[in-house]
Amino acid sequence: MKLWNHYHTPHSIDQALALLNQYQGKAKVVAGGTDLIVELREGHHPIQEALIDVTQIPELTRLTTTDNEIYVGAGITHSEIVKSAVLAARATCLVESCGVIGGPQVRNVGTLGGNVAHALPAGDGTTSLVALDAEAEIVMNGQRRVVPILEMFRGPGQSLIDSTRDVIIGFRFALCGDNEATAFKRIMRPQGVALPILGCATWVRLNPAQTHFEVARLSITPLGPTPGRAAEVEDVLIGQPATDITIEHAIETALQILKPRTSKYRATGDYRKEMIAVLLRRTLQLAVQRARTGQAIPEGIGME
Amino acid sequence: MSKLNITVNGQIHHLDVPESRTLAQVLRYDLGLTGTKIGCEEAECGICTVLVNGTPVNSCIFPAFKAQGREVQTVEGLAHDGELHPIQQNFIEHGAVQCGFCTPGLMMTATALLNENPDPDDHAIKVALKDTYCRCTGYASVIAAIKSAASEMRGEGPLPVNEPDVSEPMHAISRSVPPQYVREKVTGAAKYTDDYCFDGMLFARTLRAAYPHARILSINTEKAKSLPGVVAVLTHADVPGENLHGLVYRDWPVLCGDVVRYIGDAVAIVAAETEDIAAEALKLIEVEYEPLLVVGDPKFAHSPEAPVLHPNHPTGNLLKHIKVRHGDIEQGFAQADYIVEREYRTPTVEHAFLEPECSIGIPPGVEGHEKLTILVGSQIPYQDRNQIALALGLPEEKVRVIGTLIGGGFGGKEDITGQIHVAMLAQATGRPVKMLYTRQESLAVHPKRHATIIRMKTGATKDGKLVAVEAELYGDGGAYASLSDKVMTRATTHATGPYVVPNAKIDCYAMYTNNPPSGAFRGFGVTQSAFAVESNMDMLAEMIGIDPIEFRRINAQKVGTTTATGQVLRESVGLLETLSHVEHDMVTSDGDFRWAWRDGHKAYAWGLACAYKNTGLGGGAPDRAEAEVEAFEDGSVEVRVASADMGQGLAHVVAQCTAEELKLPYNRVRVLLCDTDLTPNGGPTTASRQTFVSGNAARVTSALLREALTRSAAEFLDVPPETLYYEEGLLRHNGKSVELGQLVGWMKANGLSSKVRHEYHAPATQPLGTGGDMHFAFSYATQAALVEVDMETGAVKVLKIIAGTDIGRAINPLMLQGQVEGGIVMAMGNCLTESYIVENGIPWTNLLSRYKMPSIKHAPEIISHLIEDRVSTGPYGAKGVGEICSINTSPAICNAIYHATGVRIFSLPVDQDALLRAIRAGQTEVYTAWHDVR
Repeated sequence: MKLWNHYHTPHSIDQALALLNQYQGKAKVVAGGTDLIVELREGHHPIQEALIDVTQIPELTRLTTTDNEIYVGAGITHSEIVKSAVLAARATCLVESCGVIGGPQVRNVGTLGGNVAHALPAGDGTTSLVALDAEAEIVMNGQRRVVPILEMFRGPGQSLIDSTRDVIIGFRFALCGDNEATAFKRIMRPQGVALPILGCATWVRLNPAQTHFEVARLSITPLGPTPGRAAEVEDVLIGQPATDITIEHAIETALQILKPRTSKYRATGDYRKEMIAVLLRRTLQLAVQRARTGQAIPEGIGME
Repeated sequence: MSKLNITVNGQIHHLDVPESRTLAQVLRYDLGLTGTKIGCEEAECGICTVLVNGTPVNSCIFPAFKAQGREVQTVEGLAHDGELHPIQQNFIEHGAVQCGFCTPGLMMTATALLNENPDPDDHAIKVALKDTYCRCTGYASVIAAIKSAASEMRGEGPLPVNEPDVSEPMHAISRSVPPQYVREKVTGAAKYTDDYCFDGMLFARTLRAAYPHARILSINTEKAKSLPGVVAVLTHADVPGENLHGLVYRDWPVLCGDVVRYIGDAVAIVAAETEDIAAEALKLIEVEYEPLLVVGDPKFAHSPEAPVLHPNHPTGNLLKHIKVRHGDIEQGFAQADYIVEREYRTPTVEHAFLEPECSIGIPPGVEGHEKLTILVGSQIPYQDRNQIALALGLPEEKVRVIGTLIGGGFGGKEDITGQIHVAMLAQATGRPVKMLYTRQESLAVHPKRHATIIRMKTGATKDGKLVAVEAELYGDGGAYASLSDKVMTRATTHATGPYVVPNAKIDCYAMYTNNPPSGAFRGFGVTQSAFAVESNMDMLAEMIGIDPIEFRRINAQKVGTTTATGQVLRESVGLLETLSHVEHDMVTSDGDFRWAWRDGHKAYAWGLACAYKNTGLGGGAPDRAEAEVEAFEDGSVEVRVASADMGQGLAHVVAQCTAEELKLPYNRVRVLLCDTDLTPNGGPTTASRQTFVSGNAARVTSALLREALTRSAAEFLDVPPETLYYEEGLLRHNGKSVELGQLVGWMKANGLSSKVRHEYHAPATQPLGTGGDMHFAFSYATQAALVEVDMETGAVKVLKIIAGTDIGRAINPLMLQGQVEGGIVMAMGNCLTESYIVENGIPWTNLLSRYKMPSIKHAPEIISHLIEDRVSTGPYGAKGVGEICSINTSPAICNAIYHATGVRIFSLPVDQDALLRAIRAGQTEVYTAWHDVR
């Protein structure tokens, strides 16, 4: 069945914005289309007058490193992220999370920008961007803006931007340096919809002696309508010895504070609580080990 | 219309097509490259995979104009100048092609992998093909084929084929010949129903019920009819004949007029110039309903409060009460030292064959079709014809059903779906009409595997002898009878397992509900009861303190023992041999065998289960198949039978039987299947029966042809007929010989026919309750599963399956092994991932993305032993294989989970959530499945 009437492939952001303006709300931005086109077919959106494919715009397809920062264009595919050696070494959690999205065919066209625009409470790529404390570059209401990643989410499936009007250009975040490392893991259920029971991205910085946590950023999703950070749990780690005992303390705090709901056909609250412990333990131990060794080899790519 | 410039398989195209096209649509409909298949349009199944600039993408959601200026490679681009690509060749050699519908997607995904990685290991292959599904093969042969192709492409030559050991191979029997149409399947030339197009063809859609149970107050089609491009809108008032169909009970309306009984019920059908117009027209049909109380589960259906769904059915919502009575149940339990009684639940399971249903109706007079013709990939073409004729008020001879290739069936393509509708629309419009179901429609409409609630009580003595089984089964039959009667009978008669149980009392209640109908599904009810039987067996063994293998050995059916239906087994009972092969691999060959062990947070354990399954319809039903075999002047022979090959390989089985009887090279035998005008009736492709009945029909008919040929050759060569022998297409005698083709020419010139038709009758069976032979053969199986349980998450992984399968004789060892491997992986889905959820009549599983079947990442190592305990009446000793391989996997896995964790699973599919919570809480029994999480 016909889901859109026109398909445009602009080569600049200005062209894309002009097209969106021309269609006056009856066109949507599309990148890989692995969510949008499926949702169109399921009748979640009306038939679109046009789709504006932003994956040919140079600014959206760049992946560039400057000193300790990286810029990942919103139109970069999950496969491209997985193949990036610099991301694998210095933003490992992003590679680990994008590497478990769908299968290869989906990762080959699905994009990081699409993952954020879709604004699921537990988008895999999104969860890692939160732990990486990324910023999003967007054009909103015709204005270029840079916003912290967490400001991108307004509710389940609802992002800050309006895809009939605005465009996500890309993401910026600091790459891991000495004594810093990340990890991502998630628990899927083998049945039903391919939604995670729980995903967890962890970013840690150890002190120069590598004995203590200096900073930690934890994103456990989904625990609410939008992705978020587990700040109270992070606080338990900061300044404490980078040991299993500290990690267990953090888990205790997490289990007191975080109240995962029972999600129909997904998992019980009790089970998800157990998984908070498992994921925090596994990702924190892995991140500490990576920070200490300065070596990070992404795990679980393509098989979770 | 806009200009699309793309290069496809090296050829540049400048196409004027709508910008709304997907790449799959352009390839299939604008370029006629129908090798690319569409399985779901949800980016889930991956079978539509093509390469865009070398990268695999799902063409079903890839906008065609996204490929503007790019290079696309499809399955049609793999072979060059008629020479197959190593991937294609190795898919054939390693038996990785069954129904062939997913084959193009698998091969394209593999092509991209090998372009990047010339020497992939299992892990790399699993990563690359993780979301390219195959429902037939179980993936083992796919992995082998890809590795072998890689080796060949590296210049190291292909790898050896994993050929099973078989005994007494003959000329063509017990030989792993390539299946029929396999070259077409790997090149993309194979045509399934949706691959056919006709001039002036219309596209049809069906308006489904808005409620699972409601009275229809009015139907208004005027607005739909007036939509430009709509050619016909038909309702119940337009059904020319009887507005009912059904394979056992005729209770299923062609188009509902008064009441709808499930969400897949058809209320109106539309034929229009395009699919989009047909879909638009559905929205314009106005139906007024009065919703009625929904009967959502079989136990409620049995209660007095439930509305009666079929007032004409004599026993109300009780579709059928099936009883097995054997010995004296009270005395039996009085002898028992140990008794186990538990309740088990199994969910509704979806076939998820990768080819959604499609039918094409062609009215008389179109393109040389003299009569109303229906093209359909059906498991029962003659019963389709019968049901179409009755609904259209036509004599059967006025209807022709032509079976196309089938992209998987597994029992799900036995009932009528669009066949009658396209026949009506073709008659009404005078034009060919195609009705292709969307995946989502397919999920809602066709009958599923019965959800069951099974209470099973098993008693044994302290010496380990089974003494009694008492069981009560409830089966959710859904809105229409379909094959519930037969399926639930099989669940009941097999509810003692493949054991000698002197006393049995088993009651099964198949109930009408407002859920999607339940019908045939590989295993035919036995899958469900085996879960209860084999779990109880392990529990009893533990109570008695006896090894579970020994416990099964003590009670195993053997020649001379009696089944619970009173049948004395006279031959071909290979259970003990399957058991000893599996035991050998699992226990004996491992000097340090343990049922269970721990390694960190991972628990490992083995579990074992046995099964048996009838071959053939049984229960007194006449079981026949007719075949026609004709020899031609070019020295070839054609065998014709209307029996379906849905990928399981019936076509090569009949060809091998014919090649055997005529001592012909296999490649000189052609097969024509499923054309009610050209091929005689082989009956339904169900009950693991076709190798037996159609194989026998081909065997006997070919033997009759041989006799006719011998008589003629004797005359032609002027030698005594008894001295003639056949060799490689020649008839020989003392240095004299005649080519088969030459002989046929001589026969024709002398007015003799080189065509023989014969109907084979399988040995008679007796109805349930009479105590005679309910079935003419049983296949047997033992499987052991090695599982890994993550004790921190509850996640279960199957690492290895050892299977021993007694199939009488392996007509085609490699392809038969493919049945076993595919059956095992499908059964793993039944155990671990699959559940079709219906909430008070409304399917929650309305998308393929809500139904997880096993992907290649689930594929375990499979070690398969074929046991050939011949059955004297089978073709060369063969009995059925299609189902026996898919029955005991679930209990084997659950028994292993118990050994690993101490927790027993009573509800499928296994819920890692409940399993973990039970482990944590020290509970030993789990009665909920994942769909119970609310």
